[in-house]
Order: sequence, then C-alpha cells, then structure tokens
Amino acid sequence: MSVQKQALLEVRDLKTRFYTFAGVVNAVDGVSFSVGRGEILGLVGESGGGKSVIGFSILGLIDPPGKVDDGEILFGGVDLRRKSEKELQKIRGKEIAMVFQDPMTSLNPLQTVGEQIDEMLRLHSDLDGKARRARCIEMLSDVGISEAEKRLNNYPHQFSGGMRQRVVIAIAMIAGPQLIIADEPTTALDVTIQSQILKLMKQQVREREASMILITHDLAVVSQMADEIVVLYCGKIVEKGPKQDLISKPAHPYTQGLLGSIPKLHDRQDRLTQIPGTVPDVRNLPQGCNFRERCPFAQARCAEEEPEQHALDAGRSVACHFPLEQELAP
Amino acid sequence: MLGYLTKRLIQMTVVLWVVSLIVFMMMSFTGDPVFMVVPIDATDAEIAQARRILGLDQSLFVQYVKFLTSIFEGDFGRSYVFRQPALDLILQRMPATLEMVLVAMALAVVISIPLGVYAGAHPGSRISKTIMAGSLFGISLPGFWVGMMLIYLLAVQWGWFPSSGRGDTVEVFGMRVSLLTADGWTHIILPAVTLSLGTMAILLRITRAGMMEVGRQDYMKFARAKGVAPRDVLFRHGLKNSLIPVVTIFGLQIGDLIAFATITETIFSWPGMGKLLIDSIYRADRPVIVVYLMLVALIFVVINFLVDLLYTLIDPRITLK
Ligand SMILES: Nc1ncnc2c1ncn2[C@@H]1O[C@H](COP(=O)(O)OP(=O)(O)O)[C@@H](O)[C@H]1O
Ligand code: SF4
Ligand SMILES: [Mg+2]
Repeated sequence: MSVQKQALLEVRDLKTRFYTFAGVVNAVDGVSFSVGRGEILGLVGESGGGKSVIGFSILGLIDPPGKVDDGEILFGGVDLRRKSEKELQKIRGKEIAMVFQDPMTSLNPLQTVGEQIDEMLRLHSDLDGKARRARCIEMLSDVGISEAEKRLNNYPHQFSGGMRQRVVIAIAMIAGPQLIIADEPTTALDVTIQSQILKLMKQQVREREASMILITHDLAVVSQMADEIVVLYCGKIVEKGPKQDLISKPAHPYTQGLLGSIPKLHDRQDRLTQIPGTVPDVRNLPQGCNFRERCPFAQARCAEEEPEQHALDAGRSVACHFPLEQELAP
Repeated sequence: MLGYLTKRLIQMTVVLWVVSLIVFMMMSFTGDPVFMVVPIDATDAEIAQARRILGLDQSLFVQYVKFLTSIFEGDFGRSYVFRQPALDLILQRMPATLEMVLVAMALAVVISIPLGVYAGAHPGSRISKTIMAGSLFGISLPGFWVGMMLIYLLAVQWGWFPSSGRGDTVEVFGMRVSLLTADGWTHIILPAVTLSLGTMAILLRITRAGMMEVGRQDYMKFARAKGVAPRDVLFRHGLKNSLIPVVTIFGLQIGDLIAFATITETIFSWPGMGKLLIDSIYRADRPVIVVYLMLVALIFVVINFLVDLLYTLIDPRITLK
C-alpha cells in the first residue's frame, strides 16, 4: 500500500439540509471523504444525490432555505465553516475554484470574456492592469483558445459551448487555486467536445499540482479522470475507494448498477434507466437501506436496518449489508 | 448602423405625421375657434372675415395642407389669447416643466433602483416587505391627493417649503432655470416628489422583479464562487442584467411624467407648459394645444429612439436592425 497522501480537503460528517415548505430535505446526510494534494476525486451518483450541494457546501454557498447543519470542512487543516463571509471571499476563487455545469449560463452575458477573467485577478492578485492583461491572454491561450488577445474583447455569446467552458476553466485556474470543484463540467457539451474538455482539465490540474473534485453522474467520465471515487446515493456515501479497484470490483449494488449503465460507444440514450426504478423522494426516505427498492440483492434485513459504512481492504469502504463478492470480478 | 438610423428616422417621421393628422382632426371637430377671437357683439360680416383670416373657410383638406406646411416652417400660428406665436409661448414654459420632470426622474432612479435591488436580493426580509408595502402606496395613491397633502403638511402647517411657484431662477442659454438657486430647489422639491412617486413605485417593482429573476441565474452564483463580494455581485453582475425591462418602463414613464406634470403644475401653480396647456384648453386656444401635443409627440418619439439605443449599450446581444 502506498503512503497516504496528506489531505488537502477533509470533509467530515457533512450534513446540509433544505428547510422547504414541503418538509426538510436531507440533501447531504453525514458525508465524509478527503481529497489528497494533487488528487482527482470523482463524486458520482444519479441526479438529486446531493453532489452539487456538497460542492456548494464546501464553498459556503448554500442559500436559505438551505443550511450546512453539521460537520467539518477542513481545508488545509482549517475548518471553512468557522470562517467569516469576508474570509471565505478570499478563499473562493483563489484557493478553491468552481466550474459549473452549463457554460451557456455560468458566464455573465453582458461582460466581455476578458472582463470576467480579469475580475479574478483584480480580486485575488496585486498585479497592475497591464500585467493582468498579459496573464489573461496567457491563460486563455493555455486553455486552447486561439487569438486570445482578440478574443478577450468578445462576449460569451460569440463563443461556442465548448469554447465557453474553456473560458470558465481559464477563470477557475487563473488565480492558481489548490482545489477545483468541477460540477458536471461536460454534461451540457457535445460528446466530441466532452473528452477534449476533460483532457484539458486533467492537464491543467496536473500541471499546477492542484486537486480536483469532479462531480458527475457519469461513471465513464470519472473512470477516465479520477484517482479516487466516491459514490453517492440519496445524500449518503454508499461506496468509496481507489478508482481501479472500485471500477473493477464494485462492492455496492448501486455502483454495479451505475457501471452497468456505462454506455457502449455510440449508445448513449436511456443509460440511467438501466438501474430499474427511481430515486426515492428525499423528504420521505424508506426505512432501512435507501437503495432497497431497486436492489436485486435486497433481503429482509435491508428493510429494517440502515447499512453502516464499513471498511474493506485497500482503503475502500461500503455501506451495504451484503457487499458484492469481490472475488467475482477478475 | 446608417441604414438603421435612416429607417428609424423615416419611422419617426411617419409617427409624427400620423399624430399631426390626429391632432388636426381633433381640433377640427371640437368646436369653432372663431368665437374665441371675435368680440361677443361681432357682426356676421366680422365673423366671416375672422374666419377667412384664420383660414377656417377653406376645405378641411386645404386647411390640413396649410397646417402641415406651416408646421414644417415652425409656424404654429399665434395664440388666440396672448397674440404671440404659440411655439414661443410653449418654449418659454418648457424649461420649467422639463426641470420638474428631470428632478422627478432623478429622484425615481436614485431611490427606486437601490431599493429594488435590495428587495429583489432579499425577498423574504422584513425591510424588503416594508419597501414593497411602501411601493404599493406609491402606486395606488393619486398624485393630486399626495400633492395636496404635501402642501397642507409641509407648506401650510409646518412651513418648511413654499407651496407654489418657481422661486428664484437664473438665466442659462436663454432659459430660466431654478435648479441653480437654493430658493429654486425649495420650490421644486415638493412638486417633483409628488410627480415622481408613481414612477418611483413602478421602477422599484420592476427592478425587484428583474433582480429576483436574475438572482436565479448561474452566473450570479458563479460570480460568488469567484469570490466577488455580495454587493458587487448584485450591482456589477445582477443590476445590468435586469436593466432592460427597467429601461423600457422608464422610457414609457417619461411620457407619464410629462402628462402628469400638467396636474402637478396646476396643483403647485408651477409655471410650466402643462399649466399653460390646461389654461389653453379652458380658453380653446387651439394653436397652443397643437404645439403642446406635437411637441410631446416629438419627445415621445425621440425617447423611444434613445431607449432602443440604450438597449444596445446594455446588452451586446441586441443589435440595431
Ligand atoms: N435550493 C434548494 N431547495 C430545496 N431543495 C434543494 C435545493 N437545492 C437542492 N435541493 C435538494 O437537494 C438534493 C440534492 O440536490 P443536488 O445536490 O443538486 O443533486 P445532484 O447535484 O446530485 O444532482 C435534491 O433532492 C434537491 O431536491
Ligand atoms: S443493504 Fe441490502 S438493499 Fe441496500 S444495497 Fe445492500 S443489499 Fe441492496
Ligand atoms: Mg448537480
């Protein structure tokens, strides 16, 4: 076993709830994981699992009626939950940057791309106007936009979706953050563009020795990118571990289901419905295992007792009463 | 761009022409102005002569052509009452009205936009609810009543402000301006507040609605994720994005302000063109009414044009076609 890398981010028992009129939503319910320096962590699960909420909780961007109720978010050993809004503003963008899902909507339509990149440097650096401009041009070329100097004066609508996401990545990277949270960064893009963007992100992260939390519902994407994988279901972690092991020998039936839904090339439709049934209503979760109604291996005990997270070998853990036999997989 | 400007110019001319037609028809079908100019004891011959002098004996078509050509020459005829060129009369009074409208507009913008942004950003808060309740008053209370109340309380009871007139003025480029004297300001503040209340309330509500809509957009959250301070997120990223409807309504409201200026001027005895209009309507002083209507139409058309230009300044995705 390799030596455990020093954790850059350690999330402990995070609980984020939304107090809506229709009831309390336990969007994130006791989630713990850590991201090592230089590591890419894949956060996987179907839509509604709480992935985005985890991302926003880390940055302190949960708005009412939502609230981070419990847990610790240790970034470089310091709990971000204890930071003031002012202090968080210095961390957002500079230490921890975020890439959103839809580049069509995450850029301000009324500001030039140059202004939006430059805003990061104005906020997080002491550079003067000229130096900032040079940095912006350099950064824009880095993310693969040609004629960067000219493009600075363009508005978002003058770019294609893939190009916009490159701009968003440039914004995320320019202040030199140690952690990038990428929330479904390629979901809104064409299939052909997706792998380009993923490659770019991986290259940028590795080059800068930064860490990344890659949020996606697509296990195929994480298997391409991540070092570690965390699988989320109904706001809880059902399985986590190093990518290779987890993919080749999934221990949780849900992970296996997700793996079964990885599309063969050119066959992308309906891949999520390959796990039978639907995600239960988070406001009204069943007793016992949340996955029970969709699980082909469910037994009586699953209906009574909620499975606890327990460790397997090789740094893995799973929350299932009857983890899949690991020897089955090659 | 040049093509656009030509097109707009033609459009504007057509609109003004239609207005001239409507104004002319209205004037022709509402009473006989000849009795305004002849003495009560005039003989039939005298009346006929007056009619000839005013051109009222000719066919409507000929009258209209004459009317139109003289408009193009800037000649709107003489006021039946003051015996002066009607255009001069209006132009003399116009600065007073514009001044009041301008102050009312400025008040509306300066007060309603920050409040609207705040109320839109914190829709549930108590302050926002207070602001919104206040804006309901602004919309529903009739301007003339508010004006009279202000006069009663602030002018009559407490004597803080004068109740009527324009106060000291200074002449700038041949126009009398009261905004350059302290006395002028004390005179303008009550009528301007009265005039602006409705617009203030509407702008506030539009701004709030826009900000609430914009607040849901990803780029607002993205800006926060960049580390932008909340206030800058609202004003630098949010406000501009909710400005298109605000500008649209504002453009329309300017028309309202000019229209309501007539009432406000009457209440505060403000010597503007609105008061002149009301007086002229009582006296059936046709040329003055015509000048007023045409001028207001012109202002409308120009403001509309400016609003369209403003759109393109706000939003790069909007192009002039
Ligand atoms: N603003 C909100 N108000 C109420 N519930 C919310 C809000 N945001 C997220 N949730 C709930 O939190 C849960 C997790 O959402 P999310 O993190 O967006 O899922 P994912 O990103 O995995 O698709 C969902 O059940 C969703 O309904
Ligand atoms: S605990 Fe039972 S129901 Fe839940 S995943 Fe494991 S086997 Fe399936
Ligand atoms: Mg999401």
